[in-house]
Amino acid sequence: MFNYTIRRLLLAVPTLLLISFLIFLLLDLAPSDPTANLPLTIPPEVREKIRISLGLGEAFHIRFLLWCKQFFYNETLNILEQWWGWDFGGDRLRVLSWQTRSPVVDTIVQRIPQTLWVVGMSYVVGILIAVPIGIVSAYKQYSWFDQVGTFVSMVGYSVPTFFTGVLVIVIFSVWLGWFPSIYDTTLVVNDWSSFVQQVKQMIMPVSVLALYNAAQISRFMRASMLDNLNQDYVRTARAKGIRERSVILVHVLRNSLIPVVTVIALGVPQVFGGAIITEQVFKVNGLGQLLIIAIQAGDVPTVQTLTFIFAFLIVFFNLIADVLYGILDPRIRYD
Amino acid sequence: MKALLLGAAAIMAMASPTLAERGSDGELKIIYWQAPSTMNPYLSGGTKELEAASLVLEPLARYDEGGNMVAWLAEDIPTVGNGGVSADLKTITWKLKEGLLWSDGSKVTADDAVFTWKYCSHPEGGCAQSEKYNDVTNVEALDALTVKVTFGVSKPFPYGPFVGAQAPLLQAAQFADCLGTKAPECTDANFGPIGTGAYKVTEFRPNDVISLAANTHYRDPAKPAFATVTFKGGGDAAAAGRSVLETGEFDYAWNMQLAPEVLAGMQAGGKGETVSAFGTLVERIMINMTNPDPALGDERATAKHPHPFLSDINVRKALSMAIDRDLLVEIGYGDTGKPSCNVLPAPEIYKSTANDGCLVQDVEGAKKLLTEAGWVPGADGIRQKDGVRLSLLFQSSTNAVRQDFQALIKQWWGDIGVETELRNIDASVFFGGDPGSPDTFQKFFADVEMYANNFDGTDPESYMANWECKQAPRPETQWQGNNMPRYCSEDYDALVAEMAKTGDLQERARLAKAMNDKLMQEYIILPLVDRGRVSARSNALGGVVMNAWDSELWNAADWYRVK
Repeated sequence: MFNYTIRRLLLAVPTLLLISFLIFLLLDLAPSDPTANLPLTIPPEVREKIRISLGLGEAFHIRFLLWCKQFFYNETLNILEQWWGWDFGGDRLRVLSWQTRSPVVDTIVQRIPQTLWVVGMSYVVGILIAVPIGIVSAYKQYSWFDQVGTFVSMVGYSVPTFFTGVLVIVIFSVWLGWFPSIYDTTLVVNDWSSFVQQVKQMIMPVSVLALYNAAQISRFMRASMLDNLNQDYVRTARAKGIRERSVILVHVLRNSLIPVVTVIALGVPQVFGGAIITEQVFKVNGLGQLLIIAIQAGDVPTVQTLTFIFAFLIVFFNLIADVLYGILDPRIRYD
Repeated sequence: MKALLLGAAAIMAMASPTLAERGSDGELKIIYWQAPSTMNPYLSGGTKELEAASLVLEPLARYDEGGNMVAWLAEDIPTVGNGGVSADLKTITWKLKEGLLWSDGSKVTADDAVFTWKYCSHPEGGCAQSEKYNDVTNVEALDALTVKVTFGVSKPFPYGPFVGAQAPLLQAAQFADCLGTKAPECTDANFGPIGTGAYKVTEFRPNDVISLAANTHYRDPAKPAFATVTFKGGGDAAAAGRSVLETGEFDYAWNMQLAPEVLAGMQAGGKGETVSAFGTLVERIMINMTNPDPALGDERATAKHPHPFLSDINVRKALSMAIDRDLLVEIGYGDTGKPSCNVLPAPEIYKSTANDGCLVQDVEGAKKLLTEAGWVPGADGIRQKDGVRLSLLFQSSTNAVRQDFQALIKQWWGDIGVETELRNIDASVFFGGDPGSPDTFQKFFADVEMYANNFDGTDPESYMANWECKQAPRPETQWQGNNMPRYCSEDYDALVAEMAKTGDLQERARLAKAMNDKLMQEYIILPLVDRGRVSARSNALGGVVMNAWDSELWNAADWYRVK
């Protein structure tokens, strides 16, 4: 297992380098321009100067190598300096966003809390709802509970969040006035009332996203439970006179969780990726919003850095899922 | 009885904004659905950044809601009459108000203005507002409060540098190490510039939210009324409008680009209202005077090949006559648009009345005109002459209102026997100006195209010069330039040259009108709608004066809470 993990980690390095190159190539080929969104009153000569000051005058490979140096070397040294207080000295240029002209990594760090709170919480809530629903739905297949569960998952899965999001805003913010429609990212939770405020502003985005996540996971849970419920070992367990409760929750559930855990692990990178649409609808301004704004503004360094981090997380959580397989199911061996 | 009267007087005094105390009105909440990326307007030409920065940074003079220039940090507006502008129109001397302080308590001096010019004119800085400092050869401090700007040519309108939200004063001490290529590395300064405005930045989160507090060194001790400002960004126009007009969470929402019936529905809530002002923004159709046929290769859409049928003025005129501008306004803009027959719709002294005939749609007249010019309907109902069919490619940027307009216009042109193919291109590509892309509005590989444009401030000289012959985008200019129709007329160029050396305002107005009329009467540009700025304010916010000539937040120091 250890050797396997090391081998996979080493393989990830060329994979990620290739990914970063491909992203850079795609962004370069895309017909976008960082000065496109400026007012037309700014003349073309000035736009050209702006483009040159952003480094667009250089050749493609130079810009790519520069980004690699800034991201892999300069930013790493910078993180080491900040965490351990070391001083490497020298004047290192960090990856600068073309929109804000400030270090991209700083903005990402600033955005992580709200994304993790809202999107991460919705993922946790989604799992907590989905697993019991999946179990009961499978155990009582075709009962009214199963039918209702299927219907709700269908709705959650097929109705887009830009619809449910606006719908809950209209109901709970405009009509009832219970919750704020705009998320306050500057809110600091330090006492009871600010905590209540934080909960209030998180309820709507979290429930909208949780519905979507739960829909997906509960279907997996149900299918996986159904597969196991008809296995011979279940009949054996029942024949031995084990209580029904133990049969379901100990024997069947444990075995059914293997594929579900994989699905959950593979979904974690999406949490960091943020929820582009839901973040826009509720003005959470997390990583998803950062990415979409950067794409619209033709801000290549930000898009490149963010997508690379997402790529890294996806590769990393794929590895985690594979390792988890081995732990959950002793029959699976990699060595 | 006396006590009662006194009490009433006290209540009235409290309600009056003039007697308010600095910071007594709590928090002001502003929402811009496009989030500002920086607070330094010299590093980003975007409107959202200019407006956010205008809360903090101020120019020497700016424009009021009527488009009149008002002295802001300067004592008064220099003119030839008061000796502030030299007789040869080559220098302008500004005098700063006395006792001005930056928000860190240090004095504002003429050296700050000199530095601001150096900052923006640095060749490697990529300053987005360098146009404002065009032709400036020197800026010097005559004494602590006097700034003299020298131009290399005579400038009939010398109010570019340090005027308007685009060219505010920076503090020399803060930005001293940020010249040229160092400019983007000064993140702290770019995010939290020290200014003279009513507010100062306490925290800046790029593309998210800006927290500001009242500037304790602001020149008017009673202002601003608000202690703090939260400037939130993100979302979309509908959500921003909702937060002001329906839920009342915010006080002011910028740029309500929404369908008229949506806005009316939101206002029905009674929590706020929209405020609008008209400037110079005109939605227009540009006619391509050159042939965009792909078969022409490198000479496509260049002056070498005139357009096969749009070079006939009768066709262009008929296209204009077929359009119902009133209906376009009603569908697309409601109260925030007016039908326009001029590409130069304002200020009042520049507005021509010679072209108002375009306000009335005349389909029959257009048909008659085409028939008389020899364009007769063929078997498919499309008019043709000598084997040339009136078949157009009509391009625009992707935007709901523009696509509605395209569909309507296609139908009207169909009614007069002109076939139209529609195309829409993502705004970042269309306006991107990438010489490698065939889809930019400068390359104009189509027969007609629609977009909106305006000019900064109130002086139309450089705007009207857009249609000079030499401004035509072509391969030699890497397809850059503002003359999209590739219009070329010696008479027009002569008018441009004359305006560049005319100082008298009335005479300048006459020339600008003449240029506008020439473009309109030759049907080179078909103006459609004069578009206003529209924002929403809550009923609890007072003092808002909508301004189309400067930042919308230009008088935020005077805003107060309605109690």
